[in-house]
Amino acid sequence: MVLAEAPELTVQHLRMGRHEMTDGAQIAGIAAIRGVTAVEGRLWGYFYDAASGANYTFQVPDDPALLPGPGEVLVGEGVQRARGATWEGAPLFLSRYTGDMVKFEVVRTFSSDSALVSSDLVLLNEADFRAFFKLPEGVWTDLAVSIRNPLEIPTIMEKASKLMPDARFITRDEIGRTYQKLFSWREGLMIALAAAAVLAFTIFAAEKASGLSAEEAREIGVLKAIGWDTRDVISMKLWEGALISLGAFLIGTLAAYLHVFAFGAGLFAPILKGWSVIYPDFPLAPVIDGMQLSTLFLLTVVPYTAATLVPIWRAASADPDQVMR
Amino acid sequence: MIFQAPILALLLISALAALVSLWSAGFGVQVLRRWDVASGARTQLRLERATELVSTLFGFVMLAEIAALLLFVYNADRMAELFVGAMCAVGTLNVNPWGFPALYLKIAVFFSAALWLILDRADRLGRDYPLAKVKYAALLPIAGLLLAAGGVEIAYFLGLETDVITSCCSKLFTPVNEGLASEMTGLAPGRALWMLAGTGATVAVTGGLSLATGKGQGWFALAGGVMFAVSLAAIVSVISLYVYDHPNHHCPFCLLQPEHGYYGYVLYLPLFAGTAFALGAGVTRLFHGVGSLSDTLPAMTRRLVVSGMVAFGLFGIAVVWAIAASQLILFG
Repeated sequence: MVLAEAPELTVQHLRMGRHEMTDGAQIAGIAAIRGVTAVEGRLWGYFYDAASGANYTFQVPDDPALLPGPGEVLVGEGVQRARGATWEGAPLFLSRYTGDMVKFEVVRTFSSDSALVSSDLVLLNEADFRAFFKLPEGVWTDLAVSIRNPLEIPTIMEKASKLMPDARFITRDEIGRTYQKLFSWREGLMIALAAAAVLAFTIFAAEKASGLSAEEAREIGVLKAIGWDTRDVISMKLWEGALISLGAFLIGTLAAYLHVFAFGAGLFAPILKGWSVIYPDFPLAPVIDGMQLSTLFLLTVVPYTAATLVPIWRAASADPDQVMR
Repeated sequence: MIFQAPILALLLISALAALVSLWSAGFGVQVLRRWDVASGARTQLRLERATELVSTLFGFVMLAEIAALLLFVYNADRMAELFVGAMCAVGTLNVNPWGFPALYLKIAVFFSAALWLILDRADRLGRDYPLAKVKYAALLPIAGLLLAAGGVEIAYFLGLETDVITSCCSKLFTPVNEGLASEMTGLAPGRALWMLAGTGATVAVTGGLSLATGKGQGWFALAGGVMFAVSLAAIVSVISLYVYDHPNHHCPFCLLQPEHGYYGYVLYLPLFAGTAFALGAGVTRLFHGVGSLSDTLPAMTRRLVVSGMVAFGLFGIAVVWAIAASQLILFG
């Protein structure tokens, strides 16, 4: 996934519980720990662009192929979208305070294929970054530590924390887990919200099933009169209900599939993905998950069946002359 | 951690089951006290009418609980990636002390649900509610079990903390530990296979005899129960090794993962089904003499025995296939 390229370990300096710039002098110390293949200082930060009302992520790329020349930037497609840039390569004007204006040439705009990570990105070289944010030499936002053997991460973390006792260490696994938890939590929250709808639907189904139409009552009456037993009527009605709920489930699943994968989940995407002024536009890859389907099936069909059972029984157990009358 | 879709579905089923079982148990007590099929009294008519609803509703909840066991295990396996140190369902279940009790209770609920459904089906064969009292007497302990299982499940899900470091299956299923899991792991592979073959043969013989003579289903049920225990031990001790192609990995839960082709489901589904059918045959056997069932029930018992033998046969094929298709050579 996106995180596969992330460093095994990220080191951030903390002061008063807040993130602080890391002193470059620490790099050599951590690099000397056995098992560490490389330590790199990274420069990144956020910038609020008052003109477009959006937050950009500024970063100095570690990939030399992406490193722009002096006065040049590479931007994500969201940045151009937010600024309303009408033509390819329109220069990027940024104002840090009233009366200030910095101009960058846009040499490349990232396509929306990588929008989930690059949408609000502005890449620039180190000198420009330090000049733009007025950063002194030799300090870094955080340190990216590459470790060859993932089993050694805890030990290396322990050693490094002796060198930098006031630092925070974040492993790649932790980042992945946090995202996973966040997304499933949002999903569960949506379902909890939908619970009200399910409840309403259940009441509606029970109401509907208990108010038998005259024709249905007649049908049950005739069936009982020709010798059907209460349990025969119940099982017939249950099969009927199963057919209806299965059909509805299939139609609903199909509609949901189209909604998500053909129309980009316009209704729920903001809640599940997060939101901001320049949130990325990206297509979702079609995936069908057996567990999700069975969960949804249980969440919808079980309450429906439970709600309709009592009314069905009431109709089925009544005497034929009573229902027909 | 309860805001996860599968957990919400499981809790919904448990809540529904608790509600229905409480109500059914209340009704069951009335049946046990007042049921008299010969009487034409108003209360008896009312009971007869209501029993249709209660048994349908309870049967429906039992079906949902059977599905819930599958979802519970599948979900435990899937959630392993959220916990530090967990690699399969074992880690997820070990996050807090309620995990494994929840699983065991769910399995107990599965078997009692299956037996109750079989009993219900037998009762419906006769037109005069021949097993009504038995059915409702059985319902009372099942209702208690359902409540306990639901309570433990909630305690487990509420106590799921992702910052707990849990332990992986390789730690639980090693011969050096103490406890049942390591006893099963420590069982010598050759011995486990012989035991499995022996109980398998016993199941086949008792099943065949009961089909031929119409008697001895109790022995078949007993053999099925033993087969269940021996099969679980054999899966831990030797069959898992063949599936993983690895001489030391004994976990019975990693089998459920996609990396191993979901082979665990191929093994467990027929094993559980076969055991339920075998036990069911043993239960229905007890009522062959009951008046209105004496014509129809033996045929149903026969069908249960056949289904049980087919399911155990499928399990046997799955075991043989796992061994035959494996790259691992344990003997010779």
